Amino acid sequence: MLAKKKIVPYLFLIIPLVLYLIWVIGPMGYTFYLSLTKWDGLSKPELIQSNPFRNYERLFRDPVFFTSLKNNLKWILSFITIPVVLGLGLAIALNRSIPWAKFFKASFYSPLVLSLVVCGLIWSWMYHPAGGLINSVLRRITGNPELSIGWLSDEKLVMWSIIIVAIWRQAGYVMVLYLAGLQGVDPQLLDASKVDGCNGWNTFRHVILPLLAPVTVIVVVISIIDSLRAFDLVSVMTRGGPFNSSSVLANFMYIEAFNNYKMGYAAAISVILFAISAVFIFIYLWNIMKDEMEY
Amino acid sequence: MTTRKFFSSPWRALGFFLLLLVTMIWLLPFLTALLTSVRTNNDILTQGFIAIPKEWTLGNFRTAWERGGLSNYLPNSFYITIPALMGTLLLSSLSAYALARFRFAGNRLIFFLYVGGTMLPFQVLMLPVFRLTDALGLYDTHLGIILFHTAFQLGFCTFLLRNYMRTVPGEILEAARIDGCGEFRIWWQIMMPLTLPAVAALATLEFTWIFNDYLWSIVLLRTDALKPVTAGLATLQGQWIMDWTVIVAGALLATVPTIIVFIFLQRYFIEGLTLGASK
Repeated sequence: MLAKKKIVPYLFLIIPLVLYLIWVIGPMGYTFYLSLTKWDGLSKPELIQSNPFRNYERLFRDPVFFTSLKNNLKWILSFITIPVVLGLGLAIALNRSIPWAKFFKASFYSPLVLSLVVCGLIWSWMYHPAGGLINSVLRRITGNPELSIGWLSDEKLVMWSIIIVAIWRQAGYVMVLYLAGLQGVDPQLLDASKVDGCNGWNTFRHVILPLLAPVTVIVVVISIIDSLRAFDLVSVMTRGGPFNSSSVLANFMYIEAFNNYKMGYAAAISVILFAISAVFIFIYLWNIMKDEMEY
Repeated sequence: MTTRKFFSSPWRALGFFLLLLVTMIWLLPFLTALLTSVRTNNDILTQGFIAIPKEWTLGNFRTAWERGGLSNYLPNSFYITIPALMGTLLLSSLSAYALARFRFAGNRLIFFLYVGGTMLPFQVLMLPVFRLTDALGLYDTHLGIILFHTAFQLGFCTFLLRNYMRTVPGEILEAARIDGCGEFRIWWQIMMPLTLPAVAALATLEFTWIFNDYLWSIVLLRTDALKPVTAGLATLQGQWIMDWTVIVAGALLATVPTIIVFIFLQRYFIEGLTLGASK
């Protein structure tokens, strides 16, 4: 009876866990091996005998790699600031009885249900140099009919133009998370701080913000991971161009693998991507583990 | 607070209109897309974007649907999303039950494997999964991509359901056990009905995620006739490169299913989002 009882949880686990190990955990390890090989995607991957780390050596001499890295960093820095501040501001503003609150909330999180492909296409059209909404409005404002800013063709602008789309989609998500966090804030605490003579800003700074700190940790980690995952928008809007100026690691990797058939090289890129994200995954897991241990 | 009372303070009124302004800017892409889709390309070219259209048309939707291939891509999205969604919900509720309700060696390790995998930038799995799918003879089939989605989403679903199942009072399960109820019956007849609110929230969220996936549909599928709508739109964009009215109309059509889910299941969608992040 006891032996039978011991086996029960494993019976529940066996199918999902095997599937998960084969499709997720196993491949994670296999990427490391692939990064040491030469592989065109058709024949078998061959270990590079002369110098197993050749893919990595080439990677660290590849300017596109550094452009991509820099672009991912830009993405991360924008993502952990702008949508977080916006989302928090909106959550605070909408967490009270104001007319049309439902409409406002729905408007801000509606971009979340659109696929990134759809977002990318609609914004590409808004950015269109001749017919797009943005240049059309700017032409009206400036009174210059010749104005034609290449939002997606100017090497200096393109990355920011794409990041704006990502921010447009992300702010509502952050708002939702903060709104949920605010539900847990005891209104009596806010009244108490008011009684103690706190003004709006001080209540926010010294009462609300510290209470929301756990939400902020989650929001920041999720934002960083999302930035490292950035792919769809770049792929749809520019494919990393012009001249790789909007390349990000995931897109760089996809192009090396499926356009240039350098899959071993692409695997090396994914190992780097993994290494960077591992740091943040670890922070996140650590956060959860602390809670788990309190049980 | 009544509307009139709210607007009695000029500051509150000012804040309100500021908020309204920001919201309008936020909705601008939707409005732009809607307006573009019912105009003709010619009209935009000759008059510019900011103009009162001389002619209105629904032809762009028809073109995107028929010649643009949406009539093929959109059903494909369902053929992929529905089985993957069912599979991942069923399997994750099994593993979540084991992790939430039993003490056994490796419980915590397995839990962290699931959570850690969820946070992974999934592009890291791109090449090995491509090779695995190919080796199994499933490259360029719906089954291949369904299997991957099912497996990958297990991480998030298990994590969420396991935490939810932990909140179910143990006495209910214990009572059933004393009555001689088998573990599988407890799972299916007692635990699952109690977990339904979480499953509903999760299903809504996962539907949107799997439906909106782009990367895996271009990595694991090649044939145009099999592609879901996200990959299909990218093809459409290549074909109708100058015809933005058709592209935008296609993009709007592709959004209809998720918009419907959003309108009717909004509460669950939001619940799912917050459940996932608040642990």
